[in-house]
Amino acid sequence: MNTKINFAGIEMKNPVTVAAGTFSYGREFSEFFDLGKLGGVITKGTSLKPRSGSKPSRICETASGMLHSIGLQNPAIEYFAKYDLPNLRKFDTKIIVNACANSIEEYIELCKILDTLDIDGVELNLACTDTENRGLAFGNTYESARKVTSEVRKVLRKPLIAKLTPNVPDIASIAKGVEDGGADGVSLINTLLGMKIDIHTRKPALGNNTGGLSGPAIKPLAVRMVYQVSKAVNIPILGMGGIVSGDDAIEFMLAGATAISIGAGNFIDPYTSIKAIEGIEKYMERYDIENVSDIVGKVKIN
Amino acid sequence: MPKQVFAELIDKKEINKEIYKFGVKADEIVNIAKPGNFIEIRVSDGTDPFLRRPISIYNLDKENGILEFIFQVKGKGTKILSTKKIGEKIDIIGPLGFGTFNFDKYSNIAIIGGGIGIFPLYELSKEAIAQEKRVSAYLGFRNRELVMLEEEFSNVTSKLKICTDDGSYGEKGFAIDLLAKDIEQEKYECIYACGPTPMLRTVKKYADENNINCQVSLEEKMGCGLGVCLGCAVKTAKSSKEAPEYFHVCKGGPVFNSKDVDF
Repeated sequence: MNTKINFAGIEMKNPVTVAAGTFSYGREFSEFFDLGKLGGVITKGTSLKPRSGSKPSRICETASGMLHSIGLQNPAIEYFAKYDLPNLRKFDTKIIVNACANSIEEYIELCKILDTLDIDGVELNLACTDTENRGLAFGNTYESARKVTSEVRKVLRKPLIAKLTPNVPDIASIAKGVEDGGADGVSLINTLLGMKIDIHTRKPALGNNTGGLSGPAIKPLAVRMVYQVSKAVNIPILGMGGIVSGDDAIEFMLAGATAISIGAGNFIDPYTSIKAIEGIEKYMERYDIENVSDIVGKVKIN
Repeated sequence: MPKQVFAELIDKKEINKEIYKFGVKADEIVNIAKPGNFIEIRVSDGTDPFLRRPISIYNLDKENGILEFIFQVKGKGTKILSTKKIGEKIDIIGPLGFGTFNFDKYSNIAIIGGGIGIFPLYELSKEAIAQEKRVSAYLGFRNRELVMLEEEFSNVTSKLKICTDDGSYGEKGFAIDLLAKDIEQEKYECIYACGPTPMLRTVKKYADENNINCQVSLEEKMGCGLGVCLGCAVKTAKSSKEAPEYFHVCKGGPVFNSKDVDF
């Protein structure tokens, strides 16, 4: 049985990665299991300068999911390079840094630094629902997505993955934009913009009023988007959105994802990603699949 | 270092209306837990409710490896938890929180708790008494019906005062007022508080103004409980509108020095 995949030029031992913002920089989870079991770790969204994050409350539970507005709180790239990267490098896994910025200039500056670090790839956060300004929404139109990707491409030699927001009318056209801009892969979906109101206080549950919805509640939508994007572009897809098991992971791969990310699922059980790897292997055994890459995009459309 | 334990429920008691005390066998957690630590419980295998429930530790029976926690049925998750039967395994991660009650250097302390906030103060009090400290407890409740654990606390304190908002049991008034009356003669070196946020604000104000050390155990909605999601943010004392700065209750806390936080 071969679980190896090549995603956007990154050779991974299996298709399972952990999503930005749900795994920090790996330290906390390394107390539960060997991070070397994972195909890859996508770091917390990291910026050029430290960010203090959103005002509380930042989190609330919803039906089969959660809403959050963390606001990309992070210690910035310099701190990451000095303290977190050396620690993460101890594990035999691929490291992809989620990069966030407020302007093209900032993206360029950040990616110039990232290109010099001992990392395996960069995931460009093109519109984070989680922040107040929604990441200035580079991912909202074909042209803005193409532009920022192509500018970053000029300074980044490492594999470049663009993370797409689902809060757009036609995600396939945005995917086309980043492909035309030179991205090696796309990851989707980021969170959906949501809101919860306490009917007794009549106040929104989140300090920022609205925030990003994640968890199994968004999975069918994410699977649909992965499918649509896979039909529109030729670059590989990192699929995510509510995956909590190996079966969920397989579903995304059948829809067209080459690799997948566990996001909020990490919060309900620290071993969710490990269980997903085991679940994929079980599925391969059951259906006598030799290479996991053989199932990518193999949905039998009616 | 937190562990995931599938802990057997060996003791279950409804100590007050919709308030349950659970005793679970969890040696791995009990052996390393400290007063002020909390645990995170996954109440069902499904995805709704989705997140784990953070619950404070009430008692650590180190001899028998039994962890006791008390919770109030407040919503879907705690409702499901309350239906667990003796012998069932409960998915628990703990101990959690690096900010725990710190009392080594004091010999005369006061604990002040309100309502269901009194639970984490029990283990603190028990430990402090075991280390031959003087512990005075001030526990406040809304009314007579909500008074809990009087006997239990009396066994692990040097002095116990109970009050109710309406005077239907014990003294009438707030716990902080009772404490303030005693402070002249008692000269407490540190106050440890847990309870509803308005109560904690009052305690913090009192302690800060009178320059008494004070440690507060805070509560905030949590995503992971591990310090990963950064959801349970609380403003630091230095935080300003121009330069906001946050701690996280699950990792930096849940216990903080009152002077360090602004809640």
